[in-house]
Amino acid sequence: MSLNITVCIKPVPDPDYYDKITIDPVKKTITRAGIPTIINPVDKNAVEAALQVKEKLGGKVVVITMAPPNAEENLRELLAMGADEAVLLTDRAFAGADTLATSYALAAGLKKSGPFDLVFTGTESADGATSQVPAQLAEWLDIPHLWNVQEFEVEDHTLKAKMSMENGYINYLVQMPALLAVKRSINKPRYTTVMGVMKAKKKPLTVLTAADLDVEPERLGLQGSPTKAGDIFTPSLARKGQQLTGETEEIVEQLIQVLRGAGLNLESLNVNEAGRE
Amino acid sequence: MGFFQFTEEQEMLRKAVREFVEAEIAPHAAEWDEKHYCPVELFPKMGEMGITGIFVPEEYGGAGLGHVERAICLEEISRYSAGLGIALMTHHLGIAPILYFGTDEQKQKYLPDLAAGKKICGLSVTEPGGGSDFMGLKATGEFKDGQWVINGRKCFITNASVADVDIWAVVTGQDEKGRALMTVFIIDKDTPGHAPGREENKIGLNGSSTGDVICNDVVLGEEAVLGEVNKGAKIALSAIQEIGRAGMAAISVGILRGCLEEGVKFSNERILYGKPLNRLQAIQFIIAENRVAYEAAKLLTYHAASLKDAGKPCANEFSMAKLFATEAAIEAAKKTIDLMGGYGCINEYPVGRFLRDAIATIPAGGTSHIQKIIIAGNAIRGN
Repeated sequence: MSLNITVCIKPVPDPDYYDKITIDPVKKTITRAGIPTIINPVDKNAVEAALQVKEKLGGKVVVITMAPPNAEENLRELLAMGADEAVLLTDRAFAGADTLATSYALAAGLKKSGPFDLVFTGTESADGATSQVPAQLAEWLDIPHLWNVQEFEVEDHTLKAKMSMENGYINYLVQMPALLAVKRSINKPRYTTVMGVMKAKKKPLTVLTAADLDVEPERLGLQGSPTKAGDIFTPSLARKGQQLTGETEEIVEQLIQVLRGAGLNLESLNVNEAGRE
Repeated sequence: MGFFQFTEEQEMLRKAVREFVEAEIAPHAAEWDEKHYCPVELFPKMGEMGITGIFVPEEYGGAGLGHVERAICLEEISRYSAGLGIALMTHHLGIAPILYFGTDEQKQKYLPDLAAGKKICGLSVTEPGGGSDFMGLKATGEFKDGQWVINGRKCFITNASVADVDIWAVVTGQDEKGRALMTVFIIDKDTPGHAPGREENKIGLNGSSTGDVICNDVVLGEEAVLGEVNKGAKIALSAIQEIGRAGMAAISVGILRGCLEEGVKFSNERILYGKPLNRLQAIQFIIAENRVAYEAAKLLTYHAASLKDAGKPCANEFSMAKLFATEAAIEAAKKTIDLMGGYGCINEYPVGRFLRDAIATIPAGGTSHIQKIIIAGNAIRGN
């Protein structure tokens, strides 16, 4: 059995630079220019899951992303980790995409980059964290999908997968091709080795633009994104002080009024009579 | 002379090694130091990463890279644990003579396990009488009935109690002027009569084992001779000059980066007079000095390593890099302790360890005075 496995990954802003991130007041999108990116952490678990399947059953692992051109560096890192091929979808036309437009472009990229038996993603991105892309992508591809996958096993062309829920889990049998969005605890991503780094430069990395894909241009990027940010503002975190004066009893009375005024339900605090003496 | 620059692959390699170091080494470095423990269990993991056999060709199970890449690995590891740094650097120091002077049988026999980190290597040259008095070595090898009999005591040997393969330099004859002639042998650790002796309690670099190694009537076959009989001096010397000093320079570059980064972190976080410490000029001066020292040491070290990779003479360059980097590391660690005030003296912070480690780098591969004699000698001869 030889499987074609595709992993969707996302470059996200390096957490060390979170304080440098700004939001464009007009477009209402994150300004990423000048912010170094890292591979979305849980996406490495998705790549690890794919590599483990390949090692067990044979096949090929392709990593794909829709991102600005400098994402080539992130993809090279995953080739060094062990992926066989990489595909970068990059075009000004993709810019400003919400999850729908992103999943639309990714689906077209996946179809273009060859057949697939299994698609892996992480559960969510560290920046947007909507968790919407995995399900949307699977819908575009018209394949079954599971989210928050904790364990799985491939048998013939069927997947046995365990999906974590808030208070337990559900075991599914899934017909392949299928998409699994894996959670962080599913595995520990392997280290990239020195040998892996040296092999990475010889592995194919294909760059595709919107023109290379079978897509309707109006469904791409900002234009194809129904999500519109209503308003953005920076909440004021300033503290204000208020001085209460008078005798102790009066101050306590005033304090209770202030707390009640702020919406605090003092009765619910269960203060007994003895405590008031 | 070309200006040194890292390739894209070298930058990627650094990132990969750093990720490994931050997860597997950084969290334990202080404990290894405190317990004087050499983490031998990390060698197979470093083997999988390609670090233990970084400059060993792929045909012998290594990563097939060079000495710039080796220095990157040592710098990254020593940023957090210079102790493990010297254990790894000595492993490479023992591998190099096998790789550069061994027969194909010897390479086939030893290099795959050493490159994979399944076995640890050591190099035993220094004796109680001294290390830099190389021609005054007392350990002997006698050829009797078709076999070699080795006797002697080596001291201050890194990896003494953890090495599986031990490279020994001994006196096997005299030339016509009465000068000692050396031969180098490969000794497996379980060979009867070969054993580690006392373990030293060092000032620093305590993530490594250092001590005596003793040979008491160790009988070896001719296949244990590395290179040619009586021509071992250049084998041992070239290892010390181009692998040992190179390694100590790279380790010190790691310590320097540790001082720089810890100093910056502390001065950003510590509030004094209502402001971060980094607003004070006196503190900024220390940070600037540490930064320049780090960059200068880095350039000297990687430049020398790139000469080694290009097959050009590099012994003098490694002497300069070692002298500068080790001395600069001591100074930077002391200044970083000053920057941190009382906190600098608390072992919860790593800079005290950095200072102890930096001091312990000085004698390894020849003291600063020895390096100056070598550098001056070269300069006077016009090199």
